[in-house]
Amino acid sequence: MIPGISITEVLTLSSILFFIGVYGFMTRTNLISVLISVELILNASVINFVMINKYLFPELLQGVVYSIFIIAVAAAETALAVAIIFNLYKQVSSVAVRETETMKY
Amino acid sequence: MEKLLFYTFALLIIGFAVASVSSRNMLRSVVYLLFVLIGIAGVYFMADYYFLAAVQLAVYAGGIIVLIIFSVLLVHHIEMELEVAKLSRRLLVGATCLLGLGVFLGTIYTHPFVEASTTAPTTVEAIGLLLLSYEAGGFILPFEVISILLLAAMIGAITIAKGGGPVAEESKTPAPRTEEVPLVATARQAEPAPAPVLDAPELVAP
Repeated sequence: MIPGISITEVLTLSSILFFIGVYGFMTRTNLISVLISVELILNASVINFVMINKYLFPELLQGVVYSIFIIAVAAAETALAVAIIFNLYKQVSSVAVRETETMKY
Repeated sequence: MEKLLFYTFALLIIGFAVASVSSRNMLRSVVYLLFVLIGIAGVYFMADYYFLAAVQLAVYAGGIIVLIIFSVLLVHHIEMELEVAKLSRRLLVGATCLLGLGVFLGTIYTHPFVEASTTAPTTVEAIGLLLLSYEAGGFILPFEVISILLLAAMIGAITIAKGGGPVAEESKTPAPRTEEVPLVATARQAEPAPAPVLDAPELVAP
């Protein structure tokens, strides 16, 4: 654990990061910016997994393993989202959320 | 010392996260996200999770940021500014987020956490053994599932990014053109568009 830092301070940090991500997710009007906000939210959850593992169950490693899985899923999700954004840009020439009304043409 | 370092990292993370969701220049917003991710890797370093910090730096700061920057450069014109949401919407969402944050912090500060008194160092060897262990509590099956997921995501991303084309042209000529157009060609088509706008004042001036 980090000397001098209690678990509540770390959880406060991750909560603030999570809600900054939620704020960006709701207010941005651009698909790539929404993707950035999703990354912030995922990172907040990874911090929670890691720090709860470190502070409450230091002899186990489950939190670390799940964090690695979350990072892998986030990488896959970003790659797919970027591919979808490219395809969408080819079809409607825009990446604004408002323009993407149809899923299929 | 650690306390000071942690608070520095926390301020860095929160400040750059706010800048990242409020910047009107998309490329800058991505770079702010990079600083947030590096700050989080620093927090992992402080908590003795060296392997996780390395993964964070390699996968997030190295891979995902580059991917997003590529998509920004291919899709977006750099000089274009992002439109912001309406003020009422921003205020409403901000108030809702503050409310949610209040609920979270209230729960965190009232819950009696039982912090472990001992602290065990984490080695990369232990993580690797746990990931590939097939005994009870081992993670070999999720590990393989994740590798299949990454493969499927890779193939799916290639397929999705290759297919499709402009709807307007597509409806007139449903040609097989779309399958042969690589990604770069589409990017080239998109890029010359802002150039005349930039050159126009110089041409018109004399």
